[in-house]
Amino acid sequence: MAMDKAPLGETLKTKGARGARLVCLFLLGCLLFNYPLMALFNVHATFLGVPVLYAYIFFAWALLIALVAAVMESKG
Amino acid sequence: MLQGWVIVIAAFAYIGLLFAIAYYADSRAEAGHSVIANPWIYSLSLAVYATAWTFYGSVGRAASDGVGFLPIYIGPTLMILLWWFVVRKMIRIAKLNRITSLADFTAARYGRSALIGGLVTVIAVIGILPYISLQLKAVSTSFQLLLQYPEVVMPQKTGEVSIMQDTAFYVALFMALFTIAFGTRHLDVAERHEGMVAAIAFESIVKLVAFVAVGLFVTFGMYDGFGDLFRRAAQRPDLANLMAPLGAAAGGYAGWVWLTVLSMLAIVFLPRQFQVAVIENVDEKHLKRAVWLFPLYMLAINLFVLPIAFGGLLHFPPGYVDADTFVLTLPMAHRVEGLALLVFIGGLSAATGMVIVETIALSTMVCNDLVMPVLLRVKALRLTEQRDLSSLLLDIRRAAIIAILLGGYLYYLIAGEAYALVSIGLISFAAVAQFAPAVIGGIYWKGGTRAGALAGLSAGFAVWIYTLLLPAFAKSGWFGMQVDFLDLGPWGVELLRPTQLFGLTGLDQITHAMIWSMLANAGLYLGVSVLSRQSASEHAQATLFVDVFTQTGERGSQWRGATSASALQTLLGRFLGPARALELFSVYARERGLKSVDDIEGDGELVHFAELQLAGAIGAASARAMVGTVAQEEPLGLDQVMTILDEASQVIAYSHQLEEKQRELEQATRDLRAANERLQELDRLKDDFVSTVTHELRTPLTSIRAFSEILHDHRDIDPAEQQRFLGLIIKESERLTRLINQVLDLAKLESGMAEWQTTELDLNELVADAVSTTSQMFKSRGVSVATRAGAPVSKVMADRDRVTQVMLNLLSNAVKFCPEGTGLVEVRLAEDANTVRIDVRDNGVGISRENIGVIFEKFRQVGDTLTDKPPGTGLGLAICRQIVDHFGGRLWAESEPGKGSTFSFTLPKTAVRAAAD
Repeated sequence: MAMDKAPLGETLKTKGARGARLVCLFLLGCLLFNYPLMALFNVHATFLGVPVLYAYIFFAWALLIALVAAVMESKG
Repeated sequence: MLQGWVIVIAAFAYIGLLFAIAYYADSRAEAGHSVIANPWIYSLSLAVYATAWTFYGSVGRAASDGVGFLPIYIGPTLMILLWWFVVRKMIRIAKLNRITSLADFTAARYGRSALIGGLVTVIAVIGILPYISLQLKAVSTSFQLLLQYPEVVMPQKTGEVSIMQDTAFYVALFMALFTIAFGTRHLDVAERHEGMVAAIAFESIVKLVAFVAVGLFVTFGMYDGFGDLFRRAAQRPDLANLMAPLGAAAGGYAGWVWLTVLSMLAIVFLPRQFQVAVIENVDEKHLKRAVWLFPLYMLAINLFVLPIAFGGLLHFPPGYVDADTFVLTLPMAHRVEGLALLVFIGGLSAATGMVIVETIALSTMVCNDLVMPVLLRVKALRLTEQRDLSSLLLDIRRAAIIAILLGGYLYYLIAGEAYALVSIGLISFAAVAQFAPAVIGGIYWKGGTRAGALAGLSAGFAVWIYTLLLPAFAKSGWFGMQVDFLDLGPWGVELLRPTQLFGLTGLDQITHAMIWSMLANAGLYLGVSVLSRQSASEHAQATLFVDVFTQTGERGSQWRGATSASALQTLLGRFLGPARALELFSVYARERGLKSVDDIEGDGELVHFAELQLAGAIGAASARAMVGTVAQEEPLGLDQVMTILDEASQVIAYSHQLEEKQRELEQATRDLRAANERLQELDRLKDDFVSTVTHELRTPLTSIRAFSEILHDHRDIDPAEQQRFLGLIIKESERLTRLINQVLDLAKLESGMAEWQTTELDLNELVADAVSTTSQMFKSRGVSVATRAGAPVSKVMADRDRVTQVMLNLLSNAVKFCPEGTGLVEVRLAEDANTVRIDVRDNGVGISRENIGVIFEKFRQVGDTLTDKPPGTGLGLAICRQIVDHFGGRLWAESEPGKGSTFSFTLPKTAVRAAAD
């Protein structure tokens, strides 16, 4: 994916870094919600009473959102 | 008790609230205080993604295959990370080009192609019909369920009631009227709907609150938290399987991955998502927060899907209640009236949100990219001549909204019963995914051509119809198609079975359709693009889209035509209403510092401005065509561009040549004029010369004649007197001879006939000779002469006799003007790098400033010629100058009246002359 030029008010450096971080998080997300990582949790067991697959997916999802929020809201 | 009227009043009260919010937002926007211009509202408006599918359908899906509903939300979570690149780019492009819909966007990218716009519109409308039918089904089902409260009774099958008794039909009609009232109150140039966005954001809150409320009720009201709920579910073997379902379901992980990919595409290419994310975007910076806020919303609304699904499965006997209705039926079964009503409202908000935005987006597409291009081309309608088309545009959109909702209802009648909510929606997802190659390719790859996009879209759409739409109809037994068609293939050809095309098995239906349609779509898009060529305008648009972030400034120069401003204003007036057109033109004039609309010039910039405004109302392709009728811009092909460039370079070459010629001619004219002036001067000089010579000859002749007559007539004259007269006659004769000699000499010099005997001269020697020759003359006048020569000077090449003539002339002149007795003449010899210089200085009367320039002219003698005529002919200096000039030297005089004068001349050294030759 091409890196686009930064809009006004944002330096190229922070923009480039943010873009790279987002791409990394995208790749991390692709990894987290895919075979084989998901298969590891596709078992009949519970974590704190919740089936581990459910717990894993929602935890990974929340983690990803938190990381994205950290990247986007950081001042660069 | 939940009576029917209570439900209806609640529903209408809710709708009324939406109108109030929309009205408030619109009025704030008109006052310049936008309520939607912040990232929170933008993120909430993106949540229009969560429809009745999410609200009711997710639980249904979860009840059949556990986490199978989640890729629909995880896909967008991943995709939105790339939004920073993709959607930000789309927003920038859309703003620059006044894009009003996805069809407009695609058409604009491929050379403002009306064909592409129409095709995208058809795919979008047909593709979205199942999705709309899903909303109708959900709302009518929830309404019918709630009517039976407190009983939980599944509604009758649609086929068993007439249309007039069918709730879904009324829901469709009601929603159509509602959307018309909501979205087509006035024609907005930018196609932005502030009020709608505000209402959608509010709906997103309502549906989230309602769903979470049910989730909390089930988890903590019916059961003792998550642990308790899942432990009880795990005790039932059929439910326990849902807790680790991956790999077991059809398609397994492949199905999961393809669903993720599909929803990644849907979040960008669903018309309503494009509408809220791109068209309604106020500031692209809002993306920054939406990138994490919108996924957070999806996480929140999905958190309780599994608990509700398990709660429903545990509570109701298997097969008794449709899992798609658990969200509503669980509160009903537990007699929680308020919650049940809240759920109904939540479901209604989810469905209305989707229907409003989707049908507004689709109706804009239908109007701008399907109907108007056709109507404008039908000459019989004379639309291009009508004064005000804005109401026609609104009517077309209203009709489109009704048609789309009735289409959705029709689909619901035909195929609505055969599928669960999620499965119906996925068919639509697969349809809009067909836009991906043409649009993504279009904004990142300049090589994508119109032909490629047409081929890809058509092929993908065809495969979608064959592998998803036809099977959906077949399963319902419509169009006389039997299920045989699915099992045996058309005409018994098994290889062509729609759900196992070319023998591809082991996949769920969506994955299967996605693989084949994407293969056909992307393959043809790339293949045909590579093999076909872009037109010039296509290429211009491709560059505009792909390089949108690197472009700066306006694009006014794109229009080469020009027209009258009033014609454009009239054109805008016909589509937007005259008042709105006047307003726009006034703003345009004000921005450019013009006093009034009348001062606007119909230049390319104005044409571009008008086109952009018009594009907002009727789409890029039609706007181009309409402005073209007024501005009459010739379409510019690549050949023509090359020809123009060619001609231009030739013209430039010609004009260079012409300039050269003109310069030469001007030079020649100047030379000729100078020559002419010189000739006239020479002519005048010749006349002067002749008259002067005549005069000079006559004076001595007159004397000679006078004295001769005296001697002839008076023989008795005294011999001494006689002797004196004869002396005078001889003297005058000598003068006459000298004069004639000099005139002849001058004539020879001037005509170049003189003979020169050029030798190497030693000027020291020559000056000494000349001074000694004239010593007698100096003595007789009592004038002293001195020669000042330092070192011997270099030799010069010249004629000895001529240079001596010059020297003698200067010396005799000096003697002539020196006072007798006290006269002093000084001769100096000097040399510089190139020349030898001789000065002859006297202390005589000097020459006045005005005379110093004329003394070198012929017969010009200084002094009063009548009383004090100096001796000499007046030709000496003229001859001297001729001689010095001939040898490449210079002769001049400097003087101060009363203090004497200096005559100087230079001659080039031998070496310098040799080098010059």
